[in-house]
Formats: sequence, C-alpha cells, structure tokens
Amino acid sequence: MRIAVTSGKGGTGKTTVATSLALSLAGEYDVAFIDCDVEAPNAHIFLQPILTEQQDAVILIPKIDAKVCTLCGKCVEVCQFHALAKIGSSILTFPQLCHGCGSCTWNCPVGAITEVPNPIGVLESGTTPEGIPFSHGVLKISEPMATPIIRQLKRKALSPDDTLTILDSPPGASCSVVETLRGMDFALLVTEPTPFGLHDLKQITGILEEFNIPAGVVINRDGIGDNQTDDFLARQNIPVLMRIPFSLEIAAGLSAGTPLIKIDPALRQDFLNVYAQAAQIVAAAKGGK
Amino acid sequence: MILFISSQHPEPQSPINERFGRCEWLMKYDSKTGQWTEHQNPGAAQSGGAGVAAAQFVIDHKADAVISGAFGPNAAGAFRAGNIAMKLFGSEVSTVEQAAEYCLQDKLESFK
Repeated sequence: MRIAVTSGKGGTGKTTVATSLALSLAGEYDVAFIDCDVEAPNAHIFLQPILTEQQDAVILIPKIDAKVCTLCGKCVEVCQFHALAKIGSSILTFPQLCHGCGSCTWNCPVGAITEVPNPIGVLESGTTPEGIPFSHGVLKISEPMATPIIRQLKRKALSPDDTLTILDSPPGASCSVVETLRGMDFALLVTEPTPFGLHDLKQITGILEEFNIPAGVVINRDGIGDNQTDDFLARQNIPVLMRIPFSLEIAAGLSAGTPLIKIDPALRQDFLNVYAQAAQIVAAAKGGK
Repeated sequence: MILFISSQHPEPQSPINERFGRCEWLMKYDSKTGQWTEHQNPGAAQSGGAGVAAAQFVIDHKADAVISGAFGPNAAGAFRAGNIAMKLFGSEVSTVEQAAEYCLQDKLESFK
C-alpha cells in the first residue's frame, strides 16, 4: 500500500505527519519512506537515516551535431517547452527549459541530435535507526524542474510489490505534487483549519478526484481558525482521521527536530488508527471497483 | 532598421510594457518605411520558455534591435547569439513611439 502525505498549503505539517506515521508503524509493519519534496527535503531531519547510496538524477538533453544539422527548424517547432531556438546559422539549446521528452531527437529528419545526460540533482538512500528504508531526492540549486527527479526517485525507491510505503509530498498543487500522487493507493491530507488551509485543500481534493485516489484528513493545529474545513469535508464525505492540537510544546519539539510521536508518545496509537482506517478505506475502494 | 518594442496595447501610442517574454504585444517599427505593425507575443501564453518563444519570434522577423524593460537570461542568450541589439527603456520613455524615437537617436542604454 502506497500512502502519499500531501496538503496543498505549505507548512501544514506534511513532514510532521509522514515521519511520525512511519515511525509509529515501523514496529509492526515493514514500512518504507520516500521524501518526494526534492526542492526542500527535510524528512531526514526527523528520521535521521544513514545514507549509504547516492546516484545522479539526470535528464537527457539534446546535443546537435552542427555538421549534420540542415537548420530545417523541425526540432524548434516540435519543442513544447521552447528549449530550442533557431538563430542565424545555429540551433541554440536551453538545458534548463528542457523536459527531456525526446521529441526533437525523434523528429530530426537527418539524425543530427544525440541525447546527453544533464545532471539535475541526486537521489540518496539508506536506512533509519528503526530499520525504515529511506530515500529522498535533492534538486540541484538553480535547476528549475522537480518533476523528472521525483519520477526517477519513485522509479528507484518504490518496490514493485505492495510494501507499505509513505511518501512525503511537496507542497502546492502543481506538477511536482501530481507526479508524487501518481500511482498512490491513498492520500493522507494534512491541513490546518484556516481559510488558507481550506483554499489549498480544495485544489488537492480536485486532483484526487481526477486520479480517483481515496483520501482522509489529518487536521493539524486543531483549535485555531474556524469550522469551514470540517463543514467542507463533511459535504465532500472525506473523513477526518486524526486531530493534532495546536500546542506550544509540539511546536517547540518540532523546531528542535524531535519527531511528533517522541514529543507526545500517546499519539502513536492515533497514527496506528490512521493507518487502520486508511487500509479499510482502500480495501473498500478496491472492492468497489 | 527593424525595431521590436514590448507594448501593452497594439498601437504605437501605447504605454510601454516593462516585461519582454510575457508582454501582450510586440510592436514592430521599420525605420525605412516608417511603418508600424502589431504582433501578438507568442510567448505571453506559454507556461514556460516565454522568453525564448518571444525571442525566436523577434529573430524570425529579422529585427536589428529589441527594446524592453529587461531581458531574462534565456531571451538574452538568444539575442546575443543572433547578434540583435538589446536596448532598455530607461526612465524617460513612456510610450512605444517614444521608445523607437529614442532608440533611433541612440539615446537608449544597451542591456548587458
């Protein structure tokens, strides 16, 4: 079972929930962890893995052989990302705009394009002290595209069987989140009960509907804001699986890098309940299909 | 001399547009004929690579110079490769017409 922890709004507690969910389950299940927030990975701060493996994440970018190129401009025309331009007597490439789709190479009538690897970040993996297999990706500073590295991270770290895997998603509701959610069995949505949290939560529930991924919600900083989030979730029939109180003690502990269930060990049972409910929802959804 | 100027509206009297890659309109001025033509910027609606798309358009129209408020690194790279002068509006220019006039009098600073 693959569970993505996502939120829409940033800073609602995705990593707090994802890491403590993994730590709570670790004693009883084989659980793996993937931090997909490649622009600002931080789950390692709470899980303290020893990283033993490292490899480059690359995208293949076009290299044009000027001796073969006839300057027909077909590559420029087919590039949806404007990573190529025809200027005077040369084709210019813009590696940071390239998505590595290969259209230019495929469409070049004279075979003037070869693809060369362009490193955009690294994939690292290892094991936490509890024995949780851990992987994350780190996007190189100045590289603008997170999606290819998330795709490669998932390809490398997701086991083909049904191993219980927790994925910590990037914030927002754009390409990198969509890439993370692809192929998930369940989405655990972390929100705060404020108009901001609700606004972005609605964007995520829209994406999940498209993907047909069942979801449940953790309300973090419970006690602030208003009732709009609960009302919305009730209308949408999305269950609230857990509430984490707004507390200075929790905030102070997290700021010091302490996992939530070590700040308040009683919450471990709540996380086990979250998983039990998620498993039930997934089983029901699969049975209904 | 063929000039391209980033513009807010499709007319020479329009206020200038400080953005190049995502300006709505690109106004073309041919100093030989004194003729203005308006072009919708093909970069404006792109989700990415707007600067390159707009620069390719300007380059395909055989511009000698392009005038805007600033140029992003991709657009600037394309113009440099194409040997097209990049000029900045500066503080005195407010309309597209004025920008062309100042450029032809060589009163505009080059973008570096």
